Amino acid sequence: MPRLTVWMVRTALLHLLLGFTAGALLLAQRGMPLHPAIPRLRPAHAELLLIGWTVQLAMGVAFWILPRFRPGPERGDERPAWAAWVLLNLGVLTAAVGAAAFDSGTAIVVGRSAEALAAVAFARHAWPRVKPFG
Amino acid sequence: MPPLTRWFVKFALVYLVAALLLAVAMQWPGATIRVPWLAVVWPTYLHLLVVGWLTQLIFGVAFWLFPRHSAARPRGYEWLGWTSFVLLNVGLLVRVLAEPRAALGHHGGLLLPCSAAAQLLAGVAFVANLWPRVRER
Repeated sequence: MPRLTVWMVRTALLHLLLGFTAGALLLAQRGMPLHPAIPRLRPAHAELLLIGWTVQLAMGVAFWILPRFRPGPERGDERPAWAAWVLLNLGVLTAAVGAAAFDSGTAIVVGRSAEALAAVAFARHAWPRVKPFG
Repeated sequence: MPPLTRWFVKFALVYLVAALLLAVAMQWPGATIRVPWLAVVWPTYLHLLVVGWLTQLIFGVAFWLFPRHSAARPRGYEWLGWTSFVLLNVGLLVRVLAEPRAALGHHGGLLLPCSAAAQLLAGVAFVANLWPRVRER
């Protein structure tokens, strides 16, 4: 498992735990009122699980298993994939914290813009690796 | 494919079918008038799809295909994997039963908090077992 995959998968697992915790609080609140601010976790719950967990896990595994190149660096230029990891996590945290703590539409737009840039960077890395093995 | 993965994947397939049938029922003309709980079942449908199908499929395949923990214990502490499987499904099924009732104003007691705790613990058990297997060669 390459280093970037380790970072992406472990970060995805942390997002899974955070997202499940937010989801558990939201669900529990519906049967047993805990705190009036808990409903504000809903956008963070979705952001953490859809992007931070699912998308990031898919990126990490794709970086690991997509076909490699024979001559030169076996996974090609890794820099856009690392940039995707940084941008994706900055984006998820900005959007999640901005929505939950500050109810900030601006933070959500900034965070989701970073996520979109992460998608572009990851596609830039992965595109040439979508090819036959060998 | 290890037995735990087979259970995860087969349950995931059942949830996928159930979620998509529920999606049809929710949109069936006049269905929400005849069956009122179909009008409040959207969050349940969504979680059948993303927890029951997607997350459970990921859990099962990751348990199967991620790098081995060790020669003696290739898939880590399997009891943690089984704990995750049982808690995830019990939690989700309790949610399926209790959530529409709560949305229609019936007090479900501690059913929803118990469902929440079960699903959270399922996630913790899964991460605890998988974490040591996520490493460089």
